[in-house]
Amino acid sequence: MMSTQPRLVEVRQNVLKQNDLLARDLRRRFREAGVFVVSMVSSPGAGKTALLEKLLTLLGQECCVAALVGDLATDNDARRLARSQAPVKQIVTGTVCHLEATMVESALTGWNLDELDLLFIENVGNLVCPASYDLGEDLRLVLMSVTEGEDKPLKYPTIFNTADVAVITKLDLVTAVEFDLNSARDSIQRVRPGMKVFEVSSKTGEGINELILFLALQSAAPATAGRNAVELG
Amino acid sequence: MRTESKPAFYNPNRKCAIRNRMHELSIAMSMIEMAAEEAERRGGVRVHAIHLKLGKLSGVVREALDFSYTVACVGTRLEGSQLVIEEVPVVVYCPACEAETPLASIQQFCCAKCNAPTSQVVQGKELEVTALELE
Repeated sequence: MMSTQPRLVEVRQNVLKQNDLLARDLRRRFREAGVFVVSMVSSPGAGKTALLEKLLTLLGQECCVAALVGDLATDNDARRLARSQAPVKQIVTGTVCHLEATMVESALTGWNLDELDLLFIENVGNLVCPASYDLGEDLRLVLMSVTEGEDKPLKYPTIFNTADVAVITKLDLVTAVEFDLNSARDSIQRVRPGMKVFEVSSKTGEGINELILFLALQSAAPATAGRNAVELG
Repeated sequence: MRTESKPAFYNPNRKCAIRNRMHELSIAMSMIEMAAEEAERRGGVRVHAIHLKLGKLSGVVREALDFSYTVACVGTRLEGSQLVIEEVPVVVYCPACEAETPLASIQQFCCAKCNAPTSQVVQGKELEVTALELE
């Protein structure tokens, strides 16, 4: 008689294996083409597009820079960014709350990676879902604006933990909204000790040069162990 | 293809639209597809349960995944199966103590022995199907 007891079969498979494999493949392609890839995550309205506009304009004078921008429904951001003269492609995700490696791969169609030095990937505004998906980037920036509250990192520790660098944005509003920078810095260090933090205003340009210098140094550095290799010494 | 006997919700095409609303649903559907393929390889046996290791830092919410799993199973060969979740706590490594300790709070990454901050995560990012309970 056959046993009717269920049997346990070991499988051991990462649920996001397909995404991870594709991301690894993308990372290899980027390395081979000599493109440094920076992704940006934040809540909606934290200023990803404003910062990107600034970065594309300034970096575009020095090197070949391009951007992929994720958005749920519109191409407003891409049109805004096109003013910087850099090649920009929109990934309209429809109802998808995050970017996946496969979307990045198909958005790259038609671009010659060899001609690029730096590629930005702006994720959909969301501090939850993007945490789980590797996009093949070298560096992940997490943005938080001073209008959001100093404890944002404590509320979303996972995304801060998967990011490499934090950027506090809208610094020009810091007094108006009585934002406590020290408390924000402390929150970041609590969930990601040693995390490098930049404080910028895309409006006045404050702090942007420091960030650009950092990105330039990172992109010039020889390929390290990949993401999460950036720590304050 | 939509069949007349089933409500629109079970339409596989419709499901594709829904799966993207919440990443937990898309993750649940990936697991179901993976388990169904494995069951097929083993002669089309029934799957009673999927065992999953879920890290506290995986970015996946347990309750949302539980709910999504039940919804996503409907109309598939895994309908009625169980999702058995083993939650994996976050463990960090402290270079000073040369020790791995569990994290007391996800809001405070530090060594449980000496309290020194550390961001070296050695465990807690898991999102892994470990076993299937088959007929």
